[in-house]
Amino acid sequence: MPGSLSKDAITIILVTAILTWVMPLIISTYTLTVLIVYGMLGLSLGLIWGFGGILCFGQAAFFGLGAYTYAIAAINIGESTVPMILAVLVPAVFAALLGAMMFYGRLTDVYLGVITLVVTLILFKFINSTAGPQYVIGDARLGGFNGIPGFQTLNIPGRPDDYIWGDSYFYVCAILLALVFFLVSALLRSSFGRVAVGIRENETRISLMGYDVRARKTVLFAAGAAIAGLAGALFANWSEIVTPSLFSLGQSAEIIIWCIVGGLGTRFGPVLGAAGLAYLKFLLGQQTMIDNTLITGLILVLFVLFLPRGIVPALASLWKVSFGRRPLGRIPQHRRMRNRERING
Amino acid sequence: MAEVVLETHGLTMRFGGVVASNNVDFKLRARELRCLIGPNGAGKSTFFKCVTGLQTPTEGEVIMRGVETTHWMPHQIASLGVGIKTQTPNVMDSLSVFENIWLAARRFHAPRNANRKTQEIIERLALGSIARADLGQLAHGERQRVELGLVAVGDPWLVLLDEPAAGMSAEDVERMTEIIHELNKTAAIIIVEHDMQFIRSIAEMVTVFHQGKVLMEDHVDRVMSDPTVRNVYLGKKA
Ligand SMILES: Nc1ncnc2c1ncn2[C@@H]1O[C@H](COP(=O)(O)OP(=O)(O)O)[C@@H](O)[C@H]1O
Ligand SMILES: [Mg+2]
Repeated sequence: MPGSLSKDAITIILVTAILTWVMPLIISTYTLTVLIVYGMLGLSLGLIWGFGGILCFGQAAFFGLGAYTYAIAAINIGESTVPMILAVLVPAVFAALLGAMMFYGRLTDVYLGVITLVVTLILFKFINSTAGPQYVIGDARLGGFNGIPGFQTLNIPGRPDDYIWGDSYFYVCAILLALVFFLVSALLRSSFGRVAVGIRENETRISLMGYDVRARKTVLFAAGAAIAGLAGALFANWSEIVTPSLFSLGQSAEIIIWCIVGGLGTRFGPVLGAAGLAYLKFLLGQQTMIDNTLITGLILVLFVLFLPRGIVPALASLWKVSFGRRPLGRIPQHRRMRNRERING
Repeated sequence: MAEVVLETHGLTMRFGGVVASNNVDFKLRARELRCLIGPNGAGKSTFFKCVTGLQTPTEGEVIMRGVETTHWMPHQIASLGVGIKTQTPNVMDSLSVFENIWLAARRFHAPRNANRKTQEIIERLALGSIARADLGQLAHGERQRVELGLVAVGDPWLVLLDEPAAGMSAEDVERMTEIIHELNKTAAIIIVEHDMQFIRSIAEMVTVFHQGKVLMEDHVDRVMSDPTVRNVYLGKKA
């Protein structure tokens, strides 16, 4: 990545400031809040898939796990600080265990996809079947397909009666997304992140350099789950109820589509893809003429056919072509031609 | 005599009915340079894979500097100080030359030192003008050189090179030869090659593989003039 982390920080602060100022003039902060949450969820998969090459079909499982962890912990504890922390930790630990099993078991990518998908399905089925009164964790009833309503929502740390809601909650979510975005940038600029990209590019070579690919993939997978978990907790606070649909395969598929449309291998692409498509879905939800999923599917197909690298990479190359400096790639292009001339005679 | 750095006993690798490596006993000493020759399918690449952990041998054992490494994983063996350039290029095409080499350097050095080591190698291999270019855009010879660079930057004491000169121009081969001699000051090297001229210019001891077995192991002159070797290998080429 070009630039430096301090430049990243400045860019992130500026963009966040501008967007949180301009966007509420166009869209209600209530809607924007959930777009931010989805953006964070998109970023979580964008990190592990786009930069680590791990295609997880079950990112929704960590999202739902974060939301449920928050709800259950909030009912039992009351104050929201510890539940928020748990909502990050529980999915991360769960993903670390699952990841270790998959990566140390030397599963191929296809099986990885299948297993993450099946785990999501199992969680969904399980939570769905917990309607009975015997399914309780502490004071919290799991509630099956009805979900869990009525938990303590976000409060100012240490002051359980001072709720953060409405516009304030929107700003908190925006700042958290900016923070997560910054942390992801820092991770990608660190040695760990650079090796992760190396793993995405050529796993064999990285292991022949002496890096333990299994351990590194496990850690990255857990980091992605932690972010998805945080997004889940923020979603729970926004909707004030958690239901099994958070775990659904449809949700998982949507996250994958966000990443493809926004652009894999970029940090901003999955955020943009998530927020953009979620907003589109929101708009389409207000009418009944055209089916929602049909449109999402159509968009996916169009992107795969005409803009396979996604919006952000396409915009980036457009920018380079029109305003950028002469790309470095030109030089070796000439060299290669020279070499070919040499070989040909 | 220098210590033995690599030893295999009865190394055997079967793929179904195919015996790619058949009971190979092999010994290599520190800073030795050995050429491995043999017709296609003789099991040279398979031998390299078994030594570096890319494949686990069906039978036999691999010993490096006195430690048995037969069932180790590639990253564990690499961490000892063993580098390999595989037959098919194993590089990160969408990353820059610098990044490719830096990742290898970073394994053994703190970030600052890794930067310095990477710069050194880039200068030594005359890659300076293309250091920021993506590897995928480079000519074949340049990519081979980068792969050699990312092996060299880890300061290995054992280096395996599988057909490093294949498809390269005479000029590139010459440069490659220089680099190999430089590496050889600190590392034992095994080179798989087909180019007889290249082998004569670089090696003294040659091991001939045939149908997974060691057919012969001797000085390059005697190997080249041996009738059996000429039959299985040189004869086919002429
Ligand atoms: N992964 C594999 N699966 C099945 N057969 C293999 C595999 N790798 C190599 N072989 C077979 O083993 C034999 C030796 O191959 P290889 O070691 O690549 O030979 P060389 O490098 O000397 O040309 C060949 O017959 C090849 O077809
Ligand atoms: Mg071979």
